[in-house]
Amino acid sequence: MSGTGEHGPDVSLPEGAEERSRAPHRVIGTPPPAEERTLLGTAGADTPPPAPRELPADPEDMAGAKRAERIVAALFILSMLAGIGFIAAYIGLPVGHSLVRVLRSNLALGTSMGVAFLALAVGAVIWVRRLMPDVERTEDRHPMRSPEPDREAFVETFREGADTSQFVKRPILRRTLIAASIPLGLAPIVLFRDLGPLPGTTLRHTVWRKGLRLTIAATNTPIRPADFDSPGGMITVIPEGYQDNDDEIAKAAVIIIKFEPGQLKHPTNLNWTVDNIVAYSKICTHVGCPVALYEQTTHHILCPCHQSTFDATQGATVLFGPANRPLPQLPMGTDSEGYLVALSDFKEPVGPSFWERG
Amino acid sequence: MRRRPIAGYAVVLLGLIGIGGTYAALTAHGSPASAAGNAANPQQIAQGRTLFVQNCSSCHGLMAQGTATGPSLIGVGAAAVYFQVSTGRMPAKELEAEMARKPPVFNDEQTRAIAAYIQALGGGPAIPSAAQVSTAGADPGLGQELFTENCSQCHNFVGAGGALTYGKYAPALTASTPTQIYTAMQTGPEAMPVFNDGTITPSQKRDIIAYVTQTRSEPNPGGFSLGRIGPVTEGLVAWIGGIGALILASMWITAKRRSHR
Repeated sequence: MSGTGEHGPDVSLPEGAEERSRAPHRVIGTPPPAEERTLLGTAGADTPPPAPRELPADPEDMAGAKRAERIVAALFILSMLAGIGFIAAYIGLPVGHSLVRVLRSNLALGTSMGVAFLALAVGAVIWVRRLMPDVERTEDRHPMRSPEPDREAFVETFREGADTSQFVKRPILRRTLIAASIPLGLAPIVLFRDLGPLPGTTLRHTVWRKGLRLTIAATNTPIRPADFDSPGGMITVIPEGYQDNDDEIAKAAVIIIKFEPGQLKHPTNLNWTVDNIVAYSKICTHVGCPVALYEQTTHHILCPCHQSTFDATQGATVLFGPANRPLPQLPMGTDSEGYLVALSDFKEPVGPSFWERG
Repeated sequence: MRRRPIAGYAVVLLGLIGIGGTYAALTAHGSPASAAGNAANPQQIAQGRTLFVQNCSSCHGLMAQGTATGPSLIGVGAAAVYFQVSTGRMPAKELEAEMARKPPVFNDEQTRAIAAYIQALGGGPAIPSAAQVSTAGADPGLGQELFTENCSQCHNFVGAGGALTYGKYAPALTASTPTQIYTAMQTGPEAMPVFNDGTITPSQKRDIIAYVTQTRSEPNPGGFSLGRIGPVTEGLVAWIGGIGALILASMWITAKRRSHR
């Protein structure tokens, strides 16, 4: 389509309707076919201005229009009431320190605001669809390029400004201004420092150290092997005194499992076990979920996130799943009072692999 | 002297009331008595032995010594029998990856009789008394912490259950009685680990029971629990319900208006 000359934007309603009727039947949800397929407007003053079009002043079906008007008005009133309900719910349902009241307040606020917006939107759509005329119009773009005299005038003004401001004539002002802007430009790069500090060696170490007792998570009681004497038993433990340090527990959480004599096999390090009790890191070596699905019949430890499966009798070697390293075993012994203690930190980093781990 | 026909009904009725009253009196105070009387009531043990031989011995052996199909029950204790039989898991119809909960075959008296017989064979954890599983004065807060650390990975954070390997699963705890939860922790049925009294004390077990039973009555703001299994069903509803509704709405907004001409 040339778009220039006599075929220009002269689109009158019957003609447009005729073109639409020739087009294939429109699929619901797709935009209507464009009547004028030019993207950029036509330059030149010879294009005639678009002919004014007849918009129907009133819909033909006056009774239907009246009905639509009532529906829209009712929806707008509903929206108004819901809006008032939102304010009333905010004032009337104080949350205090009760979780249940917070949840109820959220429900009331969300419902009332949702109804307010939905009724407003549905009313607007019905208004458009039932009452406003359904006529498609096109409007040509204006030429993008400014007229020649305007362009020359702009260049003239720019040069004049450069001269009268003495930006060219006074180099010390020019250079100091540029110098002033350089640190400001660099400042945002410096702020990247706040993404750090780099983890350093923290990924390689936990707080476990020689003599630190294993305590049951949540009750913080130390454990004697005699307390944990039922084979098939499992319990989550944390280092003693770190119950309020979530950052460290996130790395140092451990599960201990009790076995029948003879069940623990190579490559489990039997020197690090006490009375057939073994301690493994609770942090999955895949992406760090807590692994504590221990099946006492199969001795499998499962990760609930991605189903990595470890064999607890054989040093938590991987049987299945995306993890590719065994769960690290914590060197464990007993102290002079007979409580379970760590003999040292883990001998390898716990949790997910990382680049420099090797 | 002629008996009235109604007298027969009256006798039967009185007899029933008498049996019911005796049974209620026995079960109301029965738990501590049975815990103490497990070893001391030969009649109960004899009844349990009869029931065991009739219903359990085909898999577990005539002396509960175990066979190729069922494990030895010597030393498992009354608590393990109570859990398996009162939840209907035993007697099992067939061997499955996981024994499902079903209506129990035996009543409470029969269950306790079988438990007493197994207890007499080899000892083991006893059935807790009603006071031992009472949640009165328990701390559901500590119970939640312990549950989150040690139970929620399999049973879900509100006890809705979850999948394990090879068709096994951790059952939902929504129908479990306090005694069943207690005995499960004590004995570690099937794949479940044992939580003995040395690591989780009886008082802490009551805290866990208090948390599990209390979550059942927590309200579901919004009206739908969606199974309480977290983001899976919520995401499904959001995608299919929410986005489907949005697509329908956008089709409605852009649909061509029906012409009245």
